[in-house]
Amino acid sequence: MLFVLCLVPALLVVADAYGIGGTLGANPIEEIQDRFGNWGLRFILIALAVTPLRQLTGRNWLLRFRRMLGLFAFFYVLMHFLAWLLLDQGLLTSAIAGEEFDWSVITEDIFERPFITIGFAALLILVALAATSTAGQRRRLGRYWQKLHNGVYLAAVLGVWHYWWQVKKDFSEPLVYALVLAVLLGYRVWHHRLQTRVGSARNSRAGLPQNH
Amino acid sequence: MLIRKPADIRSSDITPKEVFLRRRELLQAGLMAGGLALGGPAMAAILPPGRRAKLVDVAAGKFSTDETVNSYTDITTYNNYYEFGTGKSDPFENAQEFEPMPWTVKVAGHCEKTGIFDLEDFIRPYALEERIYRLRCVEAWSMVIPWVGVPLADIVRQYRPLSNAKYVVFETLLDPERMPGQRSRALHWPYVEGLTIAEAVNPLSLLAVGVYGEVLPNQNGAPMRLVVPWKYGFKSIKGIVSMTFSETRPRTTWERAAPHEYGFYANVNPEVDHPRWSQARERRIGSSVGGLQGILGAAKQETLMFNGYGEHVAHLYEGLDLRRNF
Repeated sequence: MLFVLCLVPALLVVADAYGIGGTLGANPIEEIQDRFGNWGLRFILIALAVTPLRQLTGRNWLLRFRRMLGLFAFFYVLMHFLAWLLLDQGLLTSAIAGEEFDWSVITEDIFERPFITIGFAALLILVALAATSTAGQRRRLGRYWQKLHNGVYLAAVLGVWHYWWQVKKDFSEPLVYALVLAVLLGYRVWHHRLQTRVGSARNSRAGLPQNH
Repeated sequence: MLIRKPADIRSSDITPKEVFLRRRELLQAGLMAGGLALGGPAMAAILPPGRRAKLVDVAAGKFSTDETVNSYTDITTYNNYYEFGTGKSDPFENAQEFEPMPWTVKVAGHCEKTGIFDLEDFIRPYALEERIYRLRCVEAWSMVIPWVGVPLADIVRQYRPLSNAKYVVFETLLDPERMPGQRSRALHWPYVEGLTIAEAVNPLSLLAVGVYGEVLPNQNGAPMRLVVPWKYGFKSIKGIVSMTFSETRPRTTWERAAPHEYGFYANVNPEVDHPRWSQARERRIGSSVGGLQGILGAAKQETLMFNGYGEHVAHLYEGLDLRRNF
């Protein structure tokens, strides 16, 4: 059920591309990129909201959806990247026409346009996280798995930064994403401090040495 | 209808405030009374009232491209007009209620004929012409638009600039009550743009009052806007309320917002990239409901120097380093 719901934004892009119910507007390729990019960021934030919600409400069943939400974030970010590569940069058009594609334009954009560089870096992180998201990989990686998957925080920061940097002047929308991310990360810092304090208080009561 | 007034005094300074605030109603009432007394409009208006009103006596102008023209829907729903919001569809959505008429233009600065003019008188006696121009946005998209307007050169000459006038400076209406985008600080208001005198009297420069043979829709800069097709779109200022002849170069709005990204000249130049993106190519706008096939039709094309208008304007910039003067 939730799976189908998560697919709705992608299905709407397809429907609008065929003029069913809506359209993609005057600049369809930009619209596709923007929608996938926005949903990629939204799903990263939604996935990052699972742990705080679980801890605050005690609804542990929420945790079951975290992996799926994270994979949807990866899916939308990947679609955002593919829309840029295949449609915006025209790889698909060249391939259909059987023309040689100029890859230097792609590498130039990725390495010389900082906002694209950080967006691409975020994508690479998400690729690594998606590839190691199975239960088997988690077991195999052991304690390194959590370390690796803390990379989602970096990917989220890079993602919002990527959005912020490509806006021309009105930062109100990227600001909303930045604020939500700040709350989600701030909660973790606060929660961690609280845990440490509770932990050390217990330790001192038990007469154990404190390490700070 | 020339209202003689020292150019530097704002009408709000000398008119009682309550009268000033009701000026539109009063003007409208006056126009209606006049119309009734004469049994009809005294003189056929160049700009007929009403939305999408047809413009008459429009001659085919010079410089038109024969490229495929963008649809009326594309031209009127995908706009950058921050006075009505920063999203591409915001101007279409937020400008519907805007009532531009009556409209006056203030002419000031170093010229012989200054004053505040009714828009009709400002563009009279020049005949309207249609010019189909390419428009290249600094955001790397482009359209082909059939404007209707009057050559700016004719209007500039009519006000007889003095020898110390080096620039023509335009301002957009400042009215946050009617322009909701001005309630946010996305840009510094009012919007200011300018051209050198040589650019202003270049035959390509147009003051547009219509598109597709009809009066300008609000979201496209009604009732009058500038069109300088060899420059990035943001130079083509909308909703113009003043034209000032200046000795000094104005601080234009986007230059003020981000001086390292947007310059005064803003000539379309595929060789000088925006600091954050390439200007070498552009996407021709075109909505499509044809699925993937339709979307693929919107491939990028090479951007041309001066947006393809080099033969008419390149001489204006001889000896100027366009990399520094972007």
